Amino acid sequence: MFAVARKEFRQIARDTRTLLILLFFPAFVLLLFGYALNFDIRHVKLAVDDRDRSAESRSLISAFVNSGYFDLVAEVDDAATTRLMDRDQVRAVLVIPRGFSRALQTGRPAAVQVLLNGDNANTATTVMGYAVTIIRGESAKYAAPAAGPPLISVEPRIWYNPELRSALFLVPGLIAYIAMITAVVSTALSIVREKERGTLEQVRMAPLDAASFVVGKTIPYFVVSLVSSLGIVIVSMLLFGMPMRGSWLVLLLALSLFLVGALGLGLLISSIAETQQVAFQVALLVSFLPTFMLSGFVFPIASMPRALQLVTFAVPARYFLVALRAIVLKGAGLGVYWIDLAALSAFAIVVLALASVRLQRQWV
Amino acid sequence: MRRVAFLVWKELIELKEDPRLFAIVIVAPIVQLVMLGYAATTDVRNVPVVIADADRSSASRDLIARFSASRNFSVVGVVASPDDVDPYLVRGRAWMALAIPPQFGERLARHEPQALQIVADGSDASSINIALGYATNLLAGYAEDVWVGGAGEAGGAGRAGGPGGIEARVRVWFNPRLESRDFMLPGILALLLLAITTNLSSMGIVREREVGTLEQLNVTPLRRWELILGKLLPYAMVGMIDVCLVLSVAVFWFQVPLRGSVTLLFALTAVYLLTTLGLGLFVSTISSTQQQAMMTSLFFFLMPMIFLSGFIFPIENMPAIIQPVTYLLPLRYFLVILRSIFLKGVGLETLWPQALALTLWGVAILTLAIARSSKRTA
Repeated sequence: MFAVARKEFRQIARDTRTLLILLFFPAFVLLLFGYALNFDIRHVKLAVDDRDRSAESRSLISAFVNSGYFDLVAEVDDAATTRLMDRDQVRAVLVIPRGFSRALQTGRPAAVQVLLNGDNANTATTVMGYAVTIIRGESAKYAAPAAGPPLISVEPRIWYNPELRSALFLVPGLIAYIAMITAVVSTALSIVREKERGTLEQVRMAPLDAASFVVGKTIPYFVVSLVSSLGIVIVSMLLFGMPMRGSWLVLLLALSLFLVGALGLGLLISSIAETQQVAFQVALLVSFLPTFMLSGFVFPIASMPRALQLVTFAVPARYFLVALRAIVLKGAGLGVYWIDLAALSAFAIVVLALASVRLQRQWV
Repeated sequence: MRRVAFLVWKELIELKEDPRLFAIVIVAPIVQLVMLGYAATTDVRNVPVVIADADRSSASRDLIARFSASRNFSVVGVVASPDDVDPYLVRGRAWMALAIPPQFGERLARHEPQALQIVADGSDASSINIALGYATNLLAGYAEDVWVGGAGEAGGAGRAGGPGGIEARVRVWFNPRLESRDFMLPGILALLLLAITTNLSSMGIVREREVGTLEQLNVTPLRRWELILGKLLPYAMVGMIDVCLVLSVAVFWFQVPLRGSVTLLFALTAVYLLTTLGLGLFVSTISSTQQQAMMTSLFFFLMPMIFLSGFIFPIENMPAIIQPVTYLLPLRYFLVILRSIFLKGVGLETLWPQALALTLWGVAILTLAIARSSKRTA
């Protein structure tokens, strides 16, 4: 078993490019993406179609601009609106009708129109919220106060991430994603390569059973991917202000379980595939998009249809994400996410066992 | 040209001989699109909420019933004291907790204003923002109904104050129901195509080099461009089959509106395939083993494309230093093209800059790859 591990280590060390990519690229990727990704919507490009041109309409426009959410990019008329919206040059258009100021002065309700580009529903919903709030605020200047003070008001208090920074939510997801891809990719070709080259035959002759062969293959990649994952965890703390409210020991445990599972998945693919090309394709299909979309990284699992929620139980990143967020953001104790850690262990054991069984069968 | 046809034939036979690869390339995209299509909704629904009801009056039960009846919330627990909500939040079983204070019902009956506290788990910032909005609206609607005597629908959201104010009439273009799936599915389509075709062309050529058959092809009277054309054409065919299958799923199964021209869609998809296959070819010229080819295409091309192309994370939200990087990604242009043809129904008169950029990208990467490969293998 250790002989296999030593051999594999040497092989990794020889291919410097692969080793360098495996060790440092994840941290670099995190650096780039960590800055790039956020859902905090600012600088929405706004065009104004002001048909009233009064003090009131100008005051409404400056309320939009001063809110900090909108950048006024153009003054338009009807025809230009379509052109700008089609080309994505503006995301929202505020149309102030003629007679707007007169209506306000005489105390009649005045309507303004807000056109939104809805292609990205998420952004559009947020922008709609901004616009309605601004208009409501402006409206309060003119309107007679509504009947009495509001009966029920809401006092929200937000735990764990009081400024609602989306980075704090996304960075743990990014860690899980990058670690998963790195781990699966590093082992997905390891066995099938030996198959294609015929060296697996030689190993078969050696006094070694399939299980220890599989474990021996895992160890070196485990070391490499643990180092690189710790690298990305540290980068996220230093640069993206990810807190560390729980215990390092538990984090290390969760990370190790997750990595072993991901490496095992790679080995399983490798033991099933007959060619490296197939292995790569399968690895891509099971990890590239599913880890992204089915793990709760960006899309909340609770919002998915029931049948699909069942599928997410087969995605190891799902468990890891729960544990990771609980450890770093909430500082929760082991009692909270032991079940996720148990699921990660179960996943690791199942994939490693399947890989061994599969290999054993080919050997006989 | 006949020699190219032979080569195409040879590749197709090889593809058929490898039934697993064939199955993966044809079946997997459909399965993936269906699953991911259902997952890819940023709409926030069924927000798990726990309610601490210290009042236990008919008014508080009424409020709880409103939360239960709403599609936006699912009430995962009703507890007696605010202290009991902690485990729900820490475990992530509930995203928010609403505390109904004692005497809530009595004070409400006397029309006394009061504040309810909501504790929310902020770790998923964007979803919780939306969920807080839902809760505020629901409570406002409830308060309004109490005020007017319990009649009428909840609808405090759109109205702004009393008479004489400004009313906001919001109209959403291109996607009036704000269905995030209509936005996401074209993106998934583009990513699946990218993953499959880049892999095919990058691994296909490196494999021949590793196995040594590339040498054999080199000594045949085939010219360089014939060799490359013969290699890429079958992959392009596979890619086109995938396009047809995946498009049908998107249009017929998920009912994504296809408002623009289908011909234009196919023409520009062909250009996109040119870039992805060219990219694979390029990767194969800079890799000596299949493992290297895999790592290079994943880390340097696929991962940046998934995150930086605007697939999920809008480019306009990115910091100004990162935004120029996104111009290097062909997927960025293709996403704009796909989404515009699908949702806006616009044609080439609007999309020509993207189409031009995509074409230039494809020609450039193919030229680069061919130039490199002739130096390497000659």
